[in-house]
Amino acid sequence: MELQFVANKANFMEPQPDSILVGLLVLFFYSLPILLLIATWIIGRTIEKRHYQDIRQREDRWHQVPATNGKPTPDLPQIASSELVVGSVVVSVDHFKRWLTGFRKIFGGEMKSYSSVIDRGRREAILRMKEACPEADMFVNCRIMTSTISNGKGKAIGCSEVLAYATALRFQPSDE
Amino acid sequence: MILTNIESIPSKNIVEHYGLVQGSTIRAKHVGRDLMAGLKNIVGGELKGYTELMKEARQQATDRMVEQAQELGANAIINVRFTTTSVSQGAAEMLAYGTAVRCE
Repeated sequence: MELQFVANKANFMEPQPDSILVGLLVLFFYSLPILLLIATWIIGRTIEKRHYQDIRQREDRWHQVPATNGKPTPDLPQIASSELVVGSVVVSVDHFKRWLTGFRKIFGGEMKSYSSVIDRGRREAILRMKEACPEADMFVNCRIMTSTISNGKGKAIGCSEVLAYATALRFQPSDE
Repeated sequence: MILTNIESIPSKNIVEHYGLVQGSTIRAKHVGRDLMAGLKNIVGGELKGYTELMKEARQQATDRMVEQAQELGANAIINVRFTTTSVSQGAAEMLAYGTAVRCE
């Protein structure tokens, strides 16, 4: 009986490939949150960079067309038609940025990681609004609105919607 | 039906006002979209499924507003405004309102 116990113990002390595997798995399991943070940081940053590139390209295409948030001035050319245009986008922050805000909330101050997300959303919404009427000559009375759809407490998905709308004007083609 | 969000319709004259018209809808997201959005939420960026959903909801609110204006005999709506409110976690209300007018 005694002997058998000792033998069992000796068997246990020997490093088995099985126990190494288990150890690695446990290590992997505990480092999973950190791995997720790193992965989302890299992926999130790549997505953001690409999105900004896309936004800049499209903004260049549109910068000839004026957009104001005022009424149409009386000195405009003869207006042929007008229509309401709407553009909207729902954005959310990545896992890494959400984690960062935990620290930011201790010290206060600007949440740069969040402002870039909303900035992207707003510019995207304005571009979509403009793209809704590609032949427009001017956009007047542009309004931008941001609203929280859900604040992400518990299991809910935190996201905000940015909405931009305006009246697109088309001028009568001049005879000259 | 002409919609604008300014006080007039350029190139047209307003001959009659019919007052305020509005349309609204409250939408909840469904599970399938929630699942995809949940995955997308990890890496951030646009949640396309939700954008579609909001677009549909806004279109419906606008359609209801237009319907109401047509019942009044209007052929245009001016000063259109949109608002979005989250009524409860995961459900949003879309409201579109404006002034129904007849123009020539």
